[in-house]
Amino acid sequence: MDQPTAYTDFPHQSVTFPEGVALDCGRVLPNVTVAYRTYGTLNQDKSNAILVCHALTGDQYVAEQNPETGRPGWWGGVVGPGAPIDTDKYFVICANVLGGCMGSTGPRSPHGEPSAQAPGQPWGTDFPVVTIHDMVRVQKRLVEHLRISKLFAVIGGSMGGMQVLSWAVQYPEMVFAAVPIAAAYYHSAQNIAFHEIGRQAIAADPFFHGGHYWSEGVRPERGLAVARMTAHITYVSEEALTRKFGRKLQNAEGLSALGEQFAVESYLQYQGSSFVQRFDANSYLTITRAMDLFDIAGEQGGVLADAFRGTQTRFLLVSFSSDWLFPTAQSRAIARALNHVAANVSFVEVQSDKGHDAFLLDEPDFHATLRGFLVGCAEHAGLS
Amino acid sequence: MSGVKKIRVDLALIAGMVQPGSRVLDVGCADGQLIEHLTRTKQCDARGIEIDMEEVQRAITHGLPVMQGDADTELVTYPDHAFDYVILSRTLQAVEKPREVLRQMLRISTHAIVSFPNFGHWSLRLQLLTRGRMPMTAGWNRMWYETPNIHPCTIKDFFALCDAEGYVVEDWLAADEQGLRTPWRRSPGLANLFGEQGLFLLRKA
Repeated sequence: MDQPTAYTDFPHQSVTFPEGVALDCGRVLPNVTVAYRTYGTLNQDKSNAILVCHALTGDQYVAEQNPETGRPGWWGGVVGPGAPIDTDKYFVICANVLGGCMGSTGPRSPHGEPSAQAPGQPWGTDFPVVTIHDMVRVQKRLVEHLRISKLFAVIGGSMGGMQVLSWAVQYPEMVFAAVPIAAAYYHSAQNIAFHEIGRQAIAADPFFHGGHYWSEGVRPERGLAVARMTAHITYVSEEALTRKFGRKLQNAEGLSALGEQFAVESYLQYQGSSFVQRFDANSYLTITRAMDLFDIAGEQGGVLADAFRGTQTRFLLVSFSSDWLFPTAQSRAIARALNHVAANVSFVEVQSDKGHDAFLLDEPDFHATLRGFLVGCAEHAGLS
Repeated sequence: MSGVKKIRVDLALIAGMVQPGSRVLDVGCADGQLIEHLTRTKQCDARGIEIDMEEVQRAITHGLPVMQGDADTELVTYPDHAFDYVILSRTLQAVEKPREVLRQMLRISTHAIVSFPNFGHWSLRLQLLTRGRMPMTAGWNRMWYETPNIHPCTIKDFFALCDAEGYVVEDWLAADEQGLRTPWRRSPGLANLFGEQGLFLLRKA
C-alpha cells in the first residue's frame, strides 16, 4: 500500500486507504491518503510509539528538512536523538493532516465521489468539511497500519493540541500519555473571527476563482498572504513584537521619504509572501474551518469533564504566559475538567514573552518539563 | 529518579500516616518530595497541587504529576471521594479560607492529613507577653505585614475547629520545628505549650 502519492507533484511518503473514511459531516471520503514520516525505531512489543500532531500550517517533517520546501524540521529542537522527544528511545510518527497540502488527501486531491462533475479534477472548495476528529480518525488508520495498538504518547501544540485532545476523547484506550500544548478545548469567538478575516481575504482575491484557481493556472497569493499576516500577529505577543521591531523603520532615515516602511510591516509582508510559496489556499480554508468547529465540551452538552470520564491516560497540559490566542485559562479549564474525573494530570504555565509561537521556539523550561514528564510516564509504562 | 531518597523528617511523619497503595493528593506539594516518596516506597497513586510555578516545573521535570494551582480555588474542581488521603502540610495557616479548604479536603477524600505551625508554643506566648510585639521565631520569621501565614492557630484552636465541624481526630501528634515527634501526645494542653507543629489525621464523623 505504501507508495508515492500521485496527488501532489512531490513524492511524499504515504499510505492510501482505498476504503475511505466516514466523516463527521456524514459524507464518506473515498481513497484517503496519509503522508507521514517516522523517526527512531519501533521496539519489539511496539510500545514506544509517539504520535506528534502538527499545527495549522505545519507538516509531517517534524524533525528533518522538508524536501519540498527546503524548510528545516518545525520541531527540530524537540524531536530528535537526545531531544526531549528522544528518537533514540521513542518511535516518532508525524502525519500531514487530512485536508493538508503536503501529500495527505486534501482539496487538491482528485475529486473521488461518484457524483463528481469532473472526476479526477481537484476537489477545490467541493472538498468536504472536515473536523479535528476526522483528522484523528485518519491518523488512527495510519497507526493501525503501522501495527501499533497503543501509542505511548500523543503530543502536539495549538491545532496539534486539539488533535491530542481528540485522541484522548475518541480513543482513550490507545493513548497512554497525552500532551496538549498551548491548546484549547474549543475555538473561541475571537479565534474564529481572526480566521474569518483570513478566509475573506482569500475569497476576495481575484485569482481565487471560487476555489478553482488551479485550472486557471493561478493562485490567490495576495489573499493567502494577508490571511497569514493576520494570523501571524495572533501568534506573537505585543511584547515580542515591540522587542523585535518597536517603531524601527526599515531604512533608518526617518519618515521624510513617503512610502517608508516600519520594520514590522516588512516583516509581516515577508511572512505572508514566504507562506504562499508553501501553502495552498483551499487547504487553509479547510483546516481553519476544522479548527473553528472544534468544541469537545459542546459535544458533551457543555460539560467538558464528561468527555474524559473514566480516562486512564496521563495528561500534561502546558500553556505560555503571553499566549493570548490559546490563553492559560483554556489549558487550566482542561486540567480542572480532568481533575473532576480524577484523571492523572499535570499542568504548568511556562513564563515566556513570545506569545502562542513559544511552543515552536527554544523555551528551555518547556523542553525540560516535557522531557521530565515523558521520563516519568516511560517509567510507569515500563519502558526503559 | 532511582533509589529511595531520604525525605524531610516532618514529611516522614506524614508518610507514616498513609496506608500503602492508597490514592493521595498533596496540596502545596512544593517540588513533590512527599509524592515521590509515597509513590516509590508505598506504591501510592500520589499527585500534587502547588501554587509556585517553579516548584511545579521542578516536580513535573522529575516525572511527578503536579498541577499548578491554589488550594483555595482548585480543590473544588475534584469530585467527591476521589482520594483516600488529602495532605496539607504547613499550608493551612496560609490559605485564604482554612475552614472551607478543610471541608473540601474531606469532601474529596476519606482522610485529611493536616500539619501547621503551632501559634500556642510557649516561646510565642512569652514574646507576645513580654515584648507586646508579634512574635518572631524560626518558624514564624516574617514580619506581620509580609507573612504569608495569615491564619495562625494553636493546637487547641484546631481541636476546637474539628469539634465544631464534626471531624474525628483519628491520630494527632506534636512535633518540633525539625518535625521530630515530641512526647506530649496524651495531653493537648502540654502539646499546645511545647509543640512547634501540630499534625492531625482527620476523617468525617
